Amino acid sequence: MPSYVIMEKCDGCKGQDKTACMYICPNDLMVLDKEKMKGYNRAPEMCWECYNCVKICPQQAIDVRAYADFVPMGASCVPLRGSEDIMWTVKFRSGQVKRFKFPIRTTAEGQAVPLGGFATGTDDLKSPVLCTEPASTWAKELPTLKK
Amino acid sequence: MKPSDFQTVVVDTDLLICGGGMSACGAAFEAAYWAKKNNLKVTVVDKAAMDRSGAVAMGLSAINEYVGYAEGDNTLADYVKYVRQDLMGVSREDLVYDIARHVDSSVHLFEKWGLPIWKDANGKYVHEGRWQVMINGESYKVLVAEAAKNALKELGPLDEILYERIFIVDPLMVDGKCAGAVGFSVRENKFYVFKAKATIALMGGAVHVFRPRSVGEGLGRAWYPPWNSGSSAYFTIMAGAEMTCQEVRFIPVRFKDGYGPVGAWFLLFKSRATNAMGQEYMVERKGELQEYAPYGLAKPIPANLRNWLLLEDVAAGKGPIYMRTEEAIANIAAAYKDDPKAFKKKMKELENEAWEDFLDMTIAQALLWAGSNIQPEEKPSEIAAAEPYFIGSHSGASGAWVCGPEDVMPAEYKKQWEAIGVYNHMTTIPGLFTAGDGAGASSHKFSSGSHAEGRIAGKGAIAYIMDHNTAPKVDDAQIKALRDKILAPLALFEQFGAISSDPDINPNFMKPKMYMFRLQKMMDEYVGGVTANFSTNKSSLDCALGLLTMLKEDSAKLAAQDLHELMRVWENVHRTCIAESHLRHVMFREESRWPGYYFRADFPKMDEVNWKCFVNSVYDAKANKWTMKKVPIVNLPV
Repeated sequence: MPSYVIMEKCDGCKGQDKTACMYICPNDLMVLDKEKMKGYNRAPEMCWECYNCVKICPQQAIDVRAYADFVPMGASCVPLRGSEDIMWTVKFRSGQVKRFKFPIRTTAEGQAVPLGGFATGTDDLKSPVLCTEPASTWAKELPTLKK
Repeated sequence: MKPSDFQTVVVDTDLLICGGGMSACGAAFEAAYWAKKNNLKVTVVDKAAMDRSGAVAMGLSAINEYVGYAEGDNTLADYVKYVRQDLMGVSREDLVYDIARHVDSSVHLFEKWGLPIWKDANGKYVHEGRWQVMINGESYKVLVAEAAKNALKELGPLDEILYERIFIVDPLMVDGKCAGAVGFSVRENKFYVFKAKATIALMGGAVHVFRPRSVGEGLGRAWYPPWNSGSSAYFTIMAGAEMTCQEVRFIPVRFKDGYGPVGAWFLLFKSRATNAMGQEYMVERKGELQEYAPYGLAKPIPANLRNWLLLEDVAAGKGPIYMRTEEAIANIAAAYKDDPKAFKKKMKELENEAWEDFLDMTIAQALLWAGSNIQPEEKPSEIAAAEPYFIGSHSGASGAWVCGPEDVMPAEYKKQWEAIGVYNHMTTIPGLFTAGDGAGASSHKFSSGSHAEGRIAGKGAIAYIMDHNTAPKVDDAQIKALRDKILAPLALFEQFGAISSDPDINPNFMKPKMYMFRLQKMMDEYVGGVTANFSTNKSSLDCALGLLTMLKEDSAKLAAQDLHELMRVWENVHRTCIAESHLRHVMFREESRWPGYYFRADFPKMDEVNWKCFVNSVYDAKANKWTMKKVPIVNLPV
């Protein structure tokens, strides 16, 4: 169905004006039902299964049940995304379980420095040299065609 | 909900960036630097949240364009020749060259921002293929967005610069120039008017123009994300900009149904693909590549021709086509037959790589394998051609015809911009720029090249503003007319909704979902979709044009009962526009140059004498008239 909300775990992000899943869904699918105070996916058939709602949910209250029109039942992929890596638990229809851990970033969250420490190379707006170049190309100068 | 409930919000800015994906983040990053130096205002508008907006929202397992020219791994000329070859001779080589000379810079920045790029023992990037570097890319987009946002914060408080959850519908035009954009919030009853001195349209390519293979719950499982609805193409077409290569759609061959990546299996595991009879179509049908000389005879064989040989096998009843994972793993085992410990270690490493390939970018494929109890060492897995997409950043080429870099652009192209100003990545409309999936004939830029190209457009647009630094004068009547048009679907539902027992079934209107299905059905059946085996001809295209004309008329009867549905209405109007543009380009080009993307059965051969050229088009919205033309290709001296 793609993503669905586990009723028992969802706390509606404690009544804030928007839930984490509503904030992040790239396809505007997650909605808060203000009467039940639970989130839900309003159009599962438009879900890409990108798992961004699953990864961001502070209550781990969202899971994905694979597309029922072509995937046999019984599998799950459960992520646990930390500040440096992501852990995946992949459960097969047979019950077999595989676990994987992959790094996600090498800097602290929020700390991406725009110019990345590269020197800026020109003040000329009409030059093809971009703000961190040529340093960030690792070449001495930006190449051009020899005419 | 009715139009009178809406507040109109006017935002005056210098540079308007529409979109939030890779190219928009590149544009925001670069423009922020130059805007600060020149005391200019930048505004970014995104229909989603920038952290996970665009085609890289889920993540990626590789960066597909990295040249490595500073270290002498490849030259820029190598890349230009590679793209020329893959697109059957049709590419804007000045744009490809320009992106290639900046792309390494973007990749090196990604690494500084925190992207884990795989390295070998010598500290060199690990390659999947000649141009592809391997990454742990779950947070690729988060990092690129973070750097863009941190750059924008240098200009002022972020909430006065970045507007999320606003859907841009139309360009704002004043005297033939782009003066900003209009749209609405999908969260509050607000109609937005952004007035700008320059605008960059970076709203991605298009999915769901053609009917996907899965039409139930799996409708959303397109290879490219379902939220890409052709908004860049609509924006530039409606502004009157010249478009190019709108016929050059892209069809990826991927693991069937989940659309998981095949690159790791082909390139890292050296797997073969065979048909139901165990034959390898790339070997058995090799002779057919002669017909596509010189492109078909060089290496690598163009993506569309590899598709074509597969499609021919399927049409001949020789499917399914299998990725021979079991054979590839057996070959690796054989290579380690005297060292079981090393084999076990190697297999563990490869298993991790194979699953990360799925989990970083196509989690649905991991679910499909787990749900189907797939053990790749035991049996092969099916691969198939997906449905057609519009993605000028990949091996497709659709998009706007844009100005190239002054130091590289051939004079033949340059003369078109001399009258309105030579600004890198400006379209043929003054003040309107684009990049990424919005810019055509500059294929194979992928995520990294789209970022680099966004940067190029960002700097180009700031240069334009410094030379044209006057705020546009927008007529209030024009804004009112746009507001009425954009909110009309809400009024229609308000007026007629109550007469029917079903909110979706009403003789006075239609809802966007069925409208989308109507578009998909005609495109699939008549314009070379999956069920037509990607084939079409003049009669089929005429049928489609007739159906499309009525669909366009009926777009005035689209109704919406909430803000989300109003977005779906306009997304599908955007899809209709790219569909018509595609159809007219396919109709105009009387040959079959990219047979694995679409096949004109009435002109089955590639015709180098008459059609080795760009097909460009301009739409006159007022007169509802399309003008088509051939444009000569100018090769760079590389």
